[in-house]
Amino acid sequence: MKIVVCIKQVPDAKNVRIDPHTHTLVRQGVESIINPFDLFAVEAALRLKDRHGAHVTALTMGPPQAEEALRDVLSRGVDDAVLLSDRAFAGADTWATATALAAAVRKLGDVSLIFCGKQAVDGDTAQVGPELATLLDIPYATFVKQVELGDEGRLKVVRKTDEGMEVWRLPLPALVTVLRDVGDPRVPSIKHKMRAKKAAVPVWGLADVGLSEDRVGLKGSFTQVVRVFSPPKRADRRMLEGPVSEQVEKLFQFLKEAKVPGL
Amino acid sequence: MNYFLTDEQKMIQELAEQIAREKIRPVRAQLDEAEEFPTEILKVLAQSDLFGVCIPEEYGGLGGGILENCLAVEQLARACIGVATSYAASGLGAYPILLYGSEAQKAAYLPDIAAGKRLAAFAVTESGAGSDVTAIRTTAVKDGDSYVLNGTKQWITNGGEADIYSVLAVTDKTKGPRGASFFIVEKGDPGFTFGKKEKKLGIRASATRELVFQDCRIPKERLIAREGMGFIIAMKTFDKSRPGIGALGVGLAQGALDIAVEYARKRIQFGKPIITFQAIQHKLADMAIKTEAARALIYAAARHLDTDPPDAGKVAAMCKVFASDTAMEVTTEAVQVLGGYGYMRDYPVEKMFRDAKILQIYEGTNEIQRNIIGQELNKEYGRMKETFF
Repeated sequence: MKIVVCIKQVPDAKNVRIDPHTHTLVRQGVESIINPFDLFAVEAALRLKDRHGAHVTALTMGPPQAEEALRDVLSRGVDDAVLLSDRAFAGADTWATATALAAAVRKLGDVSLIFCGKQAVDGDTAQVGPELATLLDIPYATFVKQVELGDEGRLKVVRKTDEGMEVWRLPLPALVTVLRDVGDPRVPSIKHKMRAKKAAVPVWGLADVGLSEDRVGLKGSFTQVVRVFSPPKRADRRMLEGPVSEQVEKLFQFLKEAKVPGL
Repeated sequence: MNYFLTDEQKMIQELAEQIAREKIRPVRAQLDEAEEFPTEILKVLAQSDLFGVCIPEEYGGLGGGILENCLAVEQLARACIGVATSYAASGLGAYPILLYGSEAQKAAYLPDIAAGKRLAAFAVTESGAGSDVTAIRTTAVKDGDSYVLNGTKQWITNGGEADIYSVLAVTDKTKGPRGASFFIVEKGDPGFTFGKKEKKLGIRASATRELVFQDCRIPKERLIAREGMGFIIAMKTFDKSRPGIGALGVGLAQGALDIAVEYARKRIQFGKPIITFQAIQHKLADMAIKTEAARALIYAAARHLDTDPPDAGKVAAMCKVFASDTAMEVTTEAVQVLGGYGYMRDYPVEKMFRDAKILQIYEGTNEIQRNIIGQELNKEYGRMKETFF
């Protein structure tokens, strides 16, 4: 079984800068980490591999420095990795990103399962996974906390939603975006680290995945970041303390003083 | 300081540091408090290949030597020497097989030890035989195709948790020091049981138990090397393992220094961070000097010992003595720098101080190490033709 894990390098939240002109995140020169949720996606893939055997390929789109992220996951036991990197990919929104990733997945061929993190901690959109599945025309499940490969090659997943748990069964190929509940990311091993150091990481550009320039990067993006701003500070908040009955009384008095209609 | 490590050595060091930081540091206080064996952490170490650091590649290890082992141990010890001791004790238990085992014994045990699938332990000490190893009373009597063991081993690290035990027993009482032999005993062998788990001052994440042999019958193929080789095997094992105890000391001292400096930079008294006071600066400076000196000794000695030199016993003893004394001094001062907070369990130096003491005791007390060094000096200078005055 061929598994692909999509990972993303994100700026370490401690020192993020925003380009004043394009309003997008400046990634060059800022220390990067692997999106924490993507490490859970890697772990989910490796656990399936441990149980059932599989070939796990890590895929990322980013600047040349994103190779570092791929070597990190190789050192944790991922079999091989592909870096999608081309000036033409720059400035991509989620749709243009998913377009490039989909082309890469098609080029890899015969992929049964794709894992993504539930969202990236920089953009927080949670869109690339579902868009990638849509472009590949395969079923997907988001916010998955548990993955099992059942008989007849069906995937059983448990989704955590605001309303409760949902158990789904998906035919393969499929895409899953995972939560941290799938299991703590494993640490690297020395043998995998050595392999990762020497491993060739192919870099695929626009021509390699057979896309035209107008479909990727800034040009292929439907959305554009017009302005980035901090949300206005919320009004002062007060914490009520004491027994519940007392808190209710205090809240009632407060609302009354605030002249809330009907009180 | 740059110790000119190879890429592979740096890799081992970085990985052990990562495990210490991510997996050990967050749980060390809880493991200590509950006296809980670190099963989960040992699984992580197994999966990371670190149990195979000094086992040859042909048995699934990484083929490293004493230096590689020290690098791994030091980083783990920086977070918790209870956990690091459990890890290092498996290597100690493997050394008799690694150094003197038959091809069949190596093939049967080393791959599992290297993969961390089975934990090993080393069993010499008895209630009446501590520093005086020759006083052991556990016996192994040959009976047809078996050996039958009787006796009790005491204070065995990884006792009850390990699957493979290298056990020293008397095979011929009349031959004195040449009458002892090493055997491989497996958990589950008939007549082999465990006594109570000891309650200790420190390294409380590590398990220390009695091993009880009551007509414990094992196949004769479990004898390591030949009968009578027991003490030689024990001594050669210590030559390999004692630098590792030194590395535990260096790691522990570094861990205590890390906390002491960080605390001293933040703690405000008389309106200033206490690190601005010379009394504290000098303490921290001395702690740093001693820790770095111990590290330099251990690394240099480990490289030297990896060449199997004739003075291995003396140099290995120097590592053990110097770094363990350093750890005791540095952790004591770390508690002093933190003052009242240092004495409380809320800060890790209290545990580090308790943990440090064992390093001066186990794997040959520091007094015994000094005996070894002193006796070796006497011999070395006795052989010299030159006079110095």
